[in-house]
Amino acid sequence: MGVVKLELKGISKAFGTFYANQDIDLVVESGQIHCLLGENGAGKSTLMNVLYGLYEPTAGQILVDDKPVTFRGPGDAMAAGIGMVHQHFMLVPVFTVAENVALGAEPTSFGGVLSIEETRKKIREISKKYGFDVDPDALVEDLPVGVQQRVEIIKALVREAKVLILDEPTAVLTPQETDELLDIMRQLRAGGTSIVFISHKLREVKAVSDVITVIRRGKVVGDAPPTASATELASMMVGRPVSLSLNKAPAQPKETTFVVENLTVRAANGTNVVDGISFDIAQGEILAVAGVQGNGQTELTEAILGVQEHVTGSVTLDGKQLLGLPVKDVLRSGVGFVPEDRTVDGLVGPFSVAENLVLDLYDQAPFASGIGMKPAKVTENAKAKIEEFDIRTPSAGSAAGTLSGGNQQKVVMARELSRPLRLFIASQPTRGVDVGSIEFLHKRIVAERDVGTPVMIVSTELDEVIELADRIAVLYKGKLVGIVPAGTPRDTLGLMMAGVGPEGGSDD
Amino acid sequence: MSATSTAPKSGSTALPAFRPSMKVPLSLGILALIALVFFGFLGPDQTAEMKISDAGDAVAVPALMIPGQVGGVVLGILLLAMAAYSIYLWTQGERSPKWLPIAFAVVFVFALLVWIVAGARQPSISLAGLVAGSVTLAVPLVFGSLSGVLCERVGVVNIAIEGQLLGGAFTAALVATMTGSPYIGLIAAAAAGAAVSMVLAVFSIKYLVNQIIVGVVLNVLVSGITGFLYGTLMVPNKEQFNTPGRLDILPIPLLSDIPIIGPILFEQSIAGYLMYIAVAVVWFGLFKTRWGLRVRAVGEHPQAADTLGINVNATRFWNVTLGGAIAGIGGAVFTLVTIDSFTKDISGGRGFIALAALIFGRWNPIGAFLASLLFGFAYNLQSILGIIGTPVPSQFMAMLPYLVTIFAVAGLVGKSRPPAASGIPYVKG
Repeated sequence: MGVVKLELKGISKAFGTFYANQDIDLVVESGQIHCLLGENGAGKSTLMNVLYGLYEPTAGQILVDDKPVTFRGPGDAMAAGIGMVHQHFMLVPVFTVAENVALGAEPTSFGGVLSIEETRKKIREISKKYGFDVDPDALVEDLPVGVQQRVEIIKALVREAKVLILDEPTAVLTPQETDELLDIMRQLRAGGTSIVFISHKLREVKAVSDVITVIRRGKVVGDAPPTASATELASMMVGRPVSLSLNKAPAQPKETTFVVENLTVRAANGTNVVDGISFDIAQGEILAVAGVQGNGQTELTEAILGVQEHVTGSVTLDGKQLLGLPVKDVLRSGVGFVPEDRTVDGLVGPFSVAENLVLDLYDQAPFASGIGMKPAKVTENAKAKIEEFDIRTPSAGSAAGTLSGGNQQKVVMARELSRPLRLFIASQPTRGVDVGSIEFLHKRIVAERDVGTPVMIVSTELDEVIELADRIAVLYKGKLVGIVPAGTPRDTLGLMMAGVGPEGGSDD
Repeated sequence: MSATSTAPKSGSTALPAFRPSMKVPLSLGILALIALVFFGFLGPDQTAEMKISDAGDAVAVPALMIPGQVGGVVLGILLLAMAAYSIYLWTQGERSPKWLPIAFAVVFVFALLVWIVAGARQPSISLAGLVAGSVTLAVPLVFGSLSGVLCERVGVVNIAIEGQLLGGAFTAALVATMTGSPYIGLIAAAAAGAAVSMVLAVFSIKYLVNQIIVGVVLNVLVSGITGFLYGTLMVPNKEQFNTPGRLDILPIPLLSDIPIIGPILFEQSIAGYLMYIAVAVVWFGLFKTRWGLRVRAVGEHPQAADTLGINVNATRFWNVTLGGAIAGIGGAVFTLVTIDSFTKDISGGRGFIALAALIFGRWNPIGAFLASLLFGFAYNLQSILGIIGTPVPSQFMAMLPYLVTIFAVAGLVGKSRPPAASGIPYVKG
């Protein structure tokens, strides 16, 4: 089988009057790693969904080996040799690896009876060839994300994909797993598979790409060689010069006012999702909590806020015990909290921007008197915050759910920073936020530190942790692997995120 | 294990070791005590006769004679022993094995039976009749719950089982009478069930109307239409429209003479045999074939199925339709096997019990079948006990199936996990 050259000509995709892609030209040469670089919401995933037959393009043509093709569904795309690994894995959690790989292209004997043995054999072959170490009989829900991703890649390879689309594949991986994935990509390229690599992480893109195409607001901005500097690439993505480094002043920690001792959270299944964690944060200091998603970060922050059950240990702020207090009292003690998922916990989507800005203060002066609310004050407050935080919204009365991710996050941040704070906790402060807004949000966080608030940042993005932290705490399986100073090398942090202590060895 | 380089220095307040839930050992213990005291010490002094083979059977097996009080005490002690074992396991931090509550339930029901029969005016029942009757009453439930399994496995909640049963029952009676053949009636019932299902499918899949609401409305609609036609068509012209005749019982020679098992497995109408075939075929289909893999994928993670080129909504549509046809056949059992005419709302809530059976059976065809048998047993016990004259008021007996349902669905036998996408419409993108 020959290798495939893939060409997109003038692809446009409109949702209503909104163009997610406009007149996009793209040529993926065979045997290359072609990177699509762009911010969240730039239209990368839409473009790939068009290429994979999930969306029908509004205009334009797809050419495979210079022949125009029409994909009516993913089945057609797969038949043409295109495979895709989605950002959110398309695996059935309760199926085995083999069942997932077989699905849609099942080997069968007479009468449609499954012969899963054939698939298992193929999985073992591919596993061996690329060193994947995947057990065909394991249930997918029991596998770590890194392995699930390999299952996705196997799915594409079993279907003899010649072009493999990887949509934000590193979002869920540890730095080490990311490096392994980049190696796998190089191996696949060496084997003649072309790869379309979608990412917004500059370092990975520069490490592995042959060609980089930058997309902004649904249009191709231009191509860049992998030798281009990170600042150049970022500026192309955003459309204006950006400074990637925060240039924050060194921390000047004062009194230690926030102390967590031996905090343990027990989950319903009896395991400790947060296991005996102790740390403290001084006024005017940022402690960043690093770790791969799902290692107890959510439970840790929620335990401090008071929304977790089965918590033991001690959490004191200004000498006052917070554990056991109702959430309202915790907030009244001066805790500002930005939850990790703004759409679920941070905002009430159908409420207006103005209402969302006073969700925690609606029952207090100046926004309320007695049982009445004062809408004029709420609107006035909204106007001031929209101005101060540069929230791009049609009006203060627009539903918060209609704003872009970055602007929604600014609403949450503006609300939480509008009270005098004694402690500021932000979980994933810039997840799904555009580069321009990230810069702004980071500056606000540092500004809060500089007025002397203890700040706790929880982030799964190592870049963000390194950017913001004065000290870095690393979580692994609910335990604190260690607390290290800012400036600790990435490799050390990466190993800590996989559970290896900062001294270089596992010590139990 | 992972490293903890900064282990907490302060004295740790260790959490107590994890223990499995007390629910099972505790409830077994209480039930065992109740059995021992009420069925045993305070039990009736008559002797209960449990006949195993009927007079006409080729092989005669002597009846079980169980003295009420002594039997109650012995069974009560047996139950206590099982409860004690469960409590012992709990103190060791282990869960009770799955067979334990099931074995406990069987012995408990038997003890209950002895207690009731020994206390009755006429302390004798036929075990064979009890079991065979249970199966007969379970047939519509099995078809109904299979329909539910097919629909939920593909991601559509089928609340309309009741409507499908009723539609099938009415159509079977009408068509069988008009054509003179119950077999044609059976086929027509399948078509009617499928038609009801298609309405559910179109509204919930194409127009994304809430599946629960469509299902409930369909039940009311079918009840209304069949009730109206029954009143205007069938009541005045019974001979023309409502005398379907019965499906013949087709005993398999020799095999049907085996005590207890014979009448259950080998002395059925075509609908009864179809039931066994349907359970086996649906199970095999769901878990061993390409079709089943795709169906389950659509019900668990429709987007994943879509990205692999499987047409999610078409799969859902045809499965729901097939489910309706199966429920329709179940409905025909009411008018072609159990009774030989249609009356208003003849299904009497059996569709909802079927829904409970499929949850109790954990969305598995065989589980749903067994759960349906249990509910069938509860229905049958109620009627048999009425006949022999028990001290327990009949109103309480009538509550039995529903009590069993509530306990079953409340998760008495462990947590069950529905298909992840059940009830959620699929919209591309």
